[in-house]
Amino acid sequence: MNSSNSDFLKTLGIYLFGQAKKFSLRFKKAPTMKELMMVYYSEAKSAKLTGKKVAWITSGGPVEPLIAMDIIPIYPENHGAMIGASKMGAGLCEKAEAMGYSNDLCSYARSDIACATVNGGPIGGLPRPDMLVCCNNICGTVLKWYEVQARYFNVPLFILDTPFCHTGYSEEAARYVRAQIDEYILFIEETCKKKYDFERLRQVGHLSYEGQQLWQAVLDTAAHRPAPMSAFDAFYHLALIVTLRGTKEAVNYYQQLLSTMKDRVARGISVVPNEKYRLLWDNIPIWPRTRWLSQKFASHNACLVADTYTSAWCGAMKYIDESKFLDSMAEAYTRIYLNIGVDEMAKMVIEMIDKYDVDGFVLHSNRSCKPYSFGQLDIQRIVEKERGIPCLMIEADMVDDRSFSESQISTRIDAFMEIIKERKKI
Amino acid sequence: MDKIAEFRTIVEHPYSYLQKLKDETGKKIVGTVCSYAPEELIFAAGALPVRLFGSDSGIHRADLHLQSYCCSLVRGILEEALSGRLGLLDGMVFPHTCDSIQRLSDVWRLNLVKPFHADVVLPVKLTTPSARQYLLDVLKKFKTDLECGLAQEITEAGLIHAVRIYNAIRVQMMNLYQLRCENPHMINGQDFHTIIRAGMIMEREAFLEDLAAIVSELTKTTSEKKPSHAKRLVLSGSICSHPDIYDAIETAGGVVVGDDLCTGSRYFEGVINENLPPLTAIAQRYAERASCPAKHAGLTNRGEGLLKMVKDCKADGVVFLFLKFCDPHAFDYPYLKEMLDRGKIPSLLLEMEEQTQAGGQLQTRLETFIQIL
Ligand code: SF4
Ligand code: SF4
Repeated sequence: MNSSNSDFLKTLGIYLFGQAKKFSLRFKKAPTMKELMMVYYSEAKSAKLTGKKVAWITSGGPVEPLIAMDIIPIYPENHGAMIGASKMGAGLCEKAEAMGYSNDLCSYARSDIACATVNGGPIGGLPRPDMLVCCNNICGTVLKWYEVQARYFNVPLFILDTPFCHTGYSEEAARYVRAQIDEYILFIEETCKKKYDFERLRQVGHLSYEGQQLWQAVLDTAAHRPAPMSAFDAFYHLALIVTLRGTKEAVNYYQQLLSTMKDRVARGISVVPNEKYRLLWDNIPIWPRTRWLSQKFASHNACLVADTYTSAWCGAMKYIDESKFLDSMAEAYTRIYLNIGVDEMAKMVIEMIDKYDVDGFVLHSNRSCKPYSFGQLDIQRIVEKERGIPCLMIEADMVDDRSFSESQISTRIDAFMEIIKERKKI
Repeated sequence: MDKIAEFRTIVEHPYSYLQKLKDETGKKIVGTVCSYAPEELIFAAGALPVRLFGSDSGIHRADLHLQSYCCSLVRGILEEALSGRLGLLDGMVFPHTCDSIQRLSDVWRLNLVKPFHADVVLPVKLTTPSARQYLLDVLKKFKTDLECGLAQEITEAGLIHAVRIYNAIRVQMMNLYQLRCENPHMINGQDFHTIIRAGMIMEREAFLEDLAAIVSELTKTTSEKKPSHAKRLVLSGSICSHPDIYDAIETAGGVVVGDDLCTGSRYFEGVINENLPPLTAIAQRYAERASCPAKHAGLTNRGEGLLKMVKDCKADGVVFLFLKFCDPHAFDYPYLKEMLDRGKIPSLLLEMEEQTQAGGQLQTRLETFIQIL
């Protein structure tokens, strides 16, 4: 292992250890998150030596076709979250601004674009990509961001264009996305100069589906009163369903996590001592403040039992038909949470409110993420009308700490919790 | 010119013009929000497509639906609608462009009951055969949606006629651009802007007739070319609904000779091939015209297009005119600027809100910039 690689592992270790303290879990039959992520990132970092290809891919993009061809998928958004969690966001965002990128742009994109030019950030930059795969099912930002990186790294860019589903999935869109799945396979064959292995893809597809089912089952355990885990735990354990979806490792990990949560449920262990109030979270976590927020809510005996963000990686499972993975994949990837109309999102929020039996709804109005945040005010109104629970909207940013006003948000959370406490008395 | 004065009245009071037209002819009015709205089809359905902009009367009602970090165009259009000023519309068409327009469509659908609401979910990439096939499929679907929504059949002959009218407008507009480029003083920036805006509101056949008259009159007068020392500028960006920016540029000693604006050449560029079946030909134009940054037509095509425009127009510099919170344009800016820098073409970035007036600070920045050219 070369020296830059061992430096990298050291920083990664520091980063993960700092993060892991509160949320990490040890399992009998599976490595810890820290171990898995170390292996994953060090394999990626030494791809040049091992001759493996590296693809950067958007978080909502179909990763299974890459995994089946032994291509290492790298997620700049996951990296963005790490940058945010390690509180390095503001610095990198400033760097991007100096490069001419407006500070109103998504801070994942800003910090990643800046990071690529200096190999900075918590893990000394991401391994150089051999190809870029951009699926716009989450936003239009990723298209622009990947164009920037395609120019910077001068590598091939594949765009999987998933038409937005305002009110449904049209026949034309279905044909178009399906055709692009074939183009995607061809793109991989051409970039790797290898015939595609469809048998492998079937296995990966199966593991991906299994992983998603397990992840959903893990999240479901929080429907229990008291909840054995909170959304903050989910933010931590999410990493694998994003980065290693379609692998045996992810399946093993979530099997272990599920049995741990089930065990907690059986023994009545709650993640928030004295859980009295249950809340639903909307939007991407405020990464630099997850710990502060979890303590803040816990101090009110409130547990964020669920969120709309981590469930996005299993929300479209209903469209997957395992026997026709490639065909159904087109639909499942197109109809994910951020690629649907506000009314359908509100419907899913209400289902979660009922399922997890929550007393209040906290919406993070995220300056970085326009498709996630615009429409929230209408969702809030629909929730208030249909379920009559108190809602709190806090404006912040998922990475860039400069948009976080602690005292103001603290006061607003206190006031919100007072309302919930009042209501629960009756 | 009286024609331009008439246009100005229409641009300043679009709703009275539209209401009058509606009362007199019963014509249906369909609002659109972007230059990718397939207007030819709306026209062929016997309706008038009208490009919407925000108002300058402040944003209050839209605050209840869209956060302050949404661009002022989207917030402004919603404000217009919520305030009831768009009551005369018979329908709304939302082409898919940026994330903000995408959500505007949802908010609209949930809060404003309109007889007709269509999303035209165009492809985001325009470079592949399957994307182009999809674009055509979307236009076909839009045709059916329009026919149902407006209870009006769209015939082949109607489409062919629409294509002819739009082509004629585009040809005249390109003539106008050419004339201005050769002799920028023949028409001032405000008037030029007024013509463009009128072309997004007026009944198109009437507009064409007036436009042709304006162009032929200007062609006659251009022989009296005046030498000028004004610095030649190209505008690049999203929308320009600030007519006073032209005055500011002219006062600062500059003159606009070309633009890559959504309310400008991107809207007019590209003639539809009249030898192909109309829908196919319309789709082809939308795929091939100068692209908006919310669409993917290659990694550097916008930069190359801009450089070419600067060269063709013999421009001295470029002014980027962006709306604050506009993601697609803000993402392209650094690479566009870099390409200009490499070509030794100075540029200036102005970020505005739709409602801002060109004030003193802007004037100073323009003056400083123009002095160095
Ligand atoms: S805009 Fe939103 S969905 Fe898109 S990359 Fe940024 S955070 Fe993710
Ligand atoms: S100005 Fe930008 S953000 Fe606003 S509607 Fe236009 S493209 Fe979208």
